[in-house]
Amino acid sequence: MAEMQVDVVGVEKKIWSGEASFVSARTVEGAIGILPGHEPLIAQLREAGVVRVDPTDGESFHVAAFGGFLSVTAESVTVLAELAELASEIDVAQAKDDLREAEHYIGESDDQEWRVARDRARARLQAAGESVEQ
Amino acid sequence: MAANLRVLRRRIRSTKNIAQITKAMEMVAASRISKAQARVEASRPYSDEFTHVLRTAAKAGASDHPLLTPREEPKRAAIVVVTSDRGLCGGYNANVLRETERLIRQLSEDGKEATLYVIGGKGTAYFRFRNREMSGQFTGFSEVPDYANAAHAADHLTAAFLAGGDSEVSVEWDDDEHADSGADRKVMFRAPQDAEGKPGVDEIHVVFTQFRSMLTQTAIALQVAPLDLGSDEEESDDSGSSSRSGDSDGSDREAEYAFEPEPEVLFDSLLPKYVRARVFAAMLDAAASESAARQRAMKAATDNANDLVDNLVRESNQARQAQITQEISEIVGGSDALAQ
Repeated sequence: MAEMQVDVVGVEKKIWSGEASFVSARTVEGAIGILPGHEPLIAQLREAGVVRVDPTDGESFHVAAFGGFLSVTAESVTVLAELAELASEIDVAQAKDDLREAEHYIGESDDQEWRVARDRARARLQAAGESVEQ
Repeated sequence: MAANLRVLRRRIRSTKNIAQITKAMEMVAASRISKAQARVEASRPYSDEFTHVLRTAAKAGASDHPLLTPREEPKRAAIVVVTSDRGLCGGYNANVLRETERLIRQLSEDGKEATLYVIGGKGTAYFRFRNREMSGQFTGFSEVPDYANAAHAADHLTAAFLAGGDSEVSVEWDDDEHADSGADRKVMFRAPQDAEGKPGVDEIHVVFTQFRSMLTQTAIALQVAPLDLGSDEEESDDSGSSSRSGDSDGSDREAEYAFEPEPEVLFDSLLPKYVRARVFAAMLDAAASESAARQRAMKAATDNANDLVDNLVRESNQARQAQITQEISEIVGGSDALAQ
C-alpha cells in the first residue's frame, strides 16, 4: 500500500511522526481527505478542528489542532498547529466542563473569547470520540 | 584580640551561607539550561515548516503582502526587548539593553522613531527609571516562557504593524459582521483590547540574547517584519539554472502548490502566527541564555565566596594563634614576676 510521511507539529514540540496511508482534516473551505500522491497543497485549517490520521501500522487516531495549517506534498503531509493534542491526551471530563461553562457564558455576554473556548472544547471532544452537537 | 576573633568567625559563617545560596542557584540554573535548550530544539520543526509555508505562499503570488514589502517611508519601528525578570545573571540584561540602545540610535539616524515593547522586569525597570515611554510591558515569565505569553505580546505587535506608522491601533471590531455564523467562519486577526491607541509601526525588530553555546550568548537584533525572504531568491536562482532535472529536494520545493484559501487571504492569517512564532522563538532562546548567564554568574559568586572563606579562616587561625601566644607570655611573665 502506498504511504506518506506524516508529521503533526505543535509550536512547542512534534506531536506525532510516522508513515500513514490517509489523513483527513477540515480546512476553512471544507473537509479534505489526503491520500499518498496528493497534489501539493497549503491550506489553513479551522481555528479549532480535528485531524484524523490512519497510520500504516496501527489504529487510526484523531488529533485536536488549534490555529493550524496543512502542508501537503506528494510524499508528505505536515500538520502545523499552534496547539495540538492527541486524542489519548485529552481530558474528556475537563473538556465537557469547559464546554458547559463556555456555553453558559455565551448566553450571558457575547464575548469572542468564550466562542473560542467553546470551539476548542468541541474540537477536543470530537477528537476524543465523544458526540457533540454543532 | 578576642573581639577580632569573634568578628572573623561571624564573617566566615555568613560568607558560607552566601556560598550555599549561590551554589543552590547555580544548580537550579544549570538544570534549567538543559530544559530550555530542549525546548528550543523541540520548537524548531514548527518554525522550519512554517518558514517553508511562508516561502511557498509568497512565491505563489502574495509577494506584495504588507508583511513582505518594506513600507515606502517608514516612520516608526517597534523594538521588542527580551530581558529577564530577575537579576543575578551577570551582564545578561546589560548586554541586551546596550544592543537596544544601539538599535534605537541606528533607527533614529534613518529617521525612524522607535517604540518599545519590553519583556521582562529588568528591562521595564530600566526604561521606567529613565522615563522612556513603553508601548507594551510583559513580565512574569522570562525563565519559563510559554506560547500563550508570546502570543499575547506578539498580538500587540501585529496590531501595531497592521495599523502602520501613520496611525494608531484601533481595536474596533464589528461583532455583528463576525457574529457566530457557524464554525466555518474564517477567524480573522483581532487586536487585543488594551492595544487601543498605541502608535502603529512600519517595522518590527526583536532584541534578544542568542544562545550559541553554554559559554557564548550574544545579544542580537533581528528584523521580524517586513520579512526579508532574500535567501529564497538565491535558492530559486540555483534550481532555475540547473534546470528541472536537479536534486529532488529542489524540484519538490518548486512544485506547483494549491492553496486553500487564496495565497493573499492565507497570508493574512499567517502574519499574526508568524509574529507569534518569532517572538516565541526569541523568548525561548533568551530563556536558555538567561539560565546560562545566571549559572555562570552564580558559579563565579560561589567561587568568590569560597575564596573569601579560605582567606578568613587563615586570618582567624592567625588571630587565634596570636591570642594563645599572648596568653602564654602573660602567664610566663606573671609567674616570673611572682618567683622574684
